[in-house]
Amino acid sequence: MTLLDPTWTALLYLVAAVCFILALKGLSSPKHARRGNLVGAFGALVALVTVFLSSRLENIPWILAAMVVGSAVAAPVARRVKMTQMPQLVAMFNGVGGGAAALVALLELPHADDGWLRLAIVFTLLVGAVSFAGSAVTFGKLQELMTTRPVVFAGLPVLMGVVLLGAVGTAGFVIATGSLGLAVSLLVVGLVAGVLLVLPVGGADVPIVISLLNAFTGLAVAASGLVLGNVLLVVAGTLVGASGTILTRLMAAAMGRRVSGIMFGAFRGGSTAGSTVASERPVRSSSAEDVAILLGYAQRVIIVPGYGLAVAQGQHTAAELAQALEARGTDVEFAIHPVAGRMPGHMNVLLAEANVPYESLKEMGEVNGEFKQADVALVVGANDVVNPAAKTTPGSPIYGMPILEAGEARQVVFLKRSMRPGFAGIENDLLYEPQTTLLFGDAKESLTKVLTALKAL
Amino acid sequence: MGGIELLTITVLAVFVGFEVVSKVSSILHTPLMSGANAIHGIILVGAITVAGQATDGWVLVVALLAVVLATANLVGGFVVTDRMLEMFRGRRAAARDGEAK
Repeated sequence: MTLLDPTWTALLYLVAAVCFILALKGLSSPKHARRGNLVGAFGALVALVTVFLSSRLENIPWILAAMVVGSAVAAPVARRVKMTQMPQLVAMFNGVGGGAAALVALLELPHADDGWLRLAIVFTLLVGAVSFAGSAVTFGKLQELMTTRPVVFAGLPVLMGVVLLGAVGTAGFVIATGSLGLAVSLLVVGLVAGVLLVLPVGGADVPIVISLLNAFTGLAVAASGLVLGNVLLVVAGTLVGASGTILTRLMAAAMGRRVSGIMFGAFRGGSTAGSTVASERPVRSSSAEDVAILLGYAQRVIIVPGYGLAVAQGQHTAAELAQALEARGTDVEFAIHPVAGRMPGHMNVLLAEANVPYESLKEMGEVNGEFKQADVALVVGANDVVNPAAKTTPGSPIYGMPILEAGEARQVVFLKRSMRPGFAGIENDLLYEPQTTLLFGDAKESLTKVLTALKAL
Repeated sequence: MGGIELLTITVLAVFVGFEVVSKVSSILHTPLMSGANAIHGIILVGAITVAGQATDGWVLVVALLAVVLATANLVGGFVVTDRMLEMFRGRRAAARDGEAK
């Protein structure tokens, strides 16, 4: 006898599904977002209580112990992780979810006597495994356990083709025979495919890969819901699949590239590998004091932060500088390019951590018209996202990428480590323009110097 | 539940998903991703179901592994999203905090 009859079970799962939708809906404004997330967590709790009460389960002590282990591993990591390391963590959580879905599908295979069910099983198995292995490689790249450059070797496209053919063939046999042994080999093939999929992707394209793998895991979970006949899994997985798909497309559009070009670009040699040689043209470099004077007497300043700022852990100093300028009556805004950082929206999180109010964080479309009225555009640790070559040089790898129009401001100040080109390895003509000033050095140190000089004004 | 009903729900969920997510502020794309991540951790429900029906030793072991992975996904996802969203504060809240310091 179970405590909940099927009707109550279905109703409670519906409550959980609605909670998940509300959680995503809450994210439409930073004001209600946190409450939305808590509603989502509540929905998950409802679903978990329901599953324990609605079916007769064996092995409950073991299950509870496994849940304690999972929480004990994840919660402290989630609590302590640095915001700069957020992309790695999200990749990892995404991967383990995909792995779990693949394992669930594998264990359901012996109970599936229907061809359609087996189709859903092989789909979950394959996509879950790709997501798991792909996320693991992404984690390795972001954590710099391995090279962040695209890994390409001769025969990679052929190997990928063979693996994909093998996957389709094995999947066909699994559907036809229901053989568990073949399903395990399909799992292995999926893992290999996941590794091969992410290896050739360059570091700058990682935001897109993370969102794509997120969508994959969502689809795997939705398919596992079809296998288990569980509506909640179907709805939750589909929601995630949709969000991952939208983000992937947004990120690709923000880089002016096609998703297929990013995933398979390296196969054709069209990846984001460029020159790292600095040019010999003259630039105007300046001292922190001069930059402080420029900023201190400006009416409007727009700060363009890039990943260089995050790497130097300079977001707090940047926020302090913005505060000091505002105290002097200067209008300060942050212009955030969609791909600034290592995952979609990463820069916003870093600046929020530094107590920058979200009203000051402006999206590209919102802020681009305002550069014309700005006295100074302060570019900190960013390069490609303000590179005019994206608009003017058709041959350039970043041609077509929407950029922040920092060059429209009356003065442009770059805080740069060196003259080395950015991640995409493309020279930035804006550096050589007459209205541009450069201040060389580590982003955080430069900001600190400018801040000190500003206070002394 | 029959296959066609499940398919109906899937298709409707696709539209709900696109509708809801396309309204998400681009400031919150990282929390969106980690929040969505947490949501797919609900595969835990599936993992628990499978583990609860396991009679073979090896099935139980694999199912429990799935439970561990899914729990890590679910719990870690919600915790990290909450931590991130806590940091997003409006001008007023930030000013209040500044005074408190």
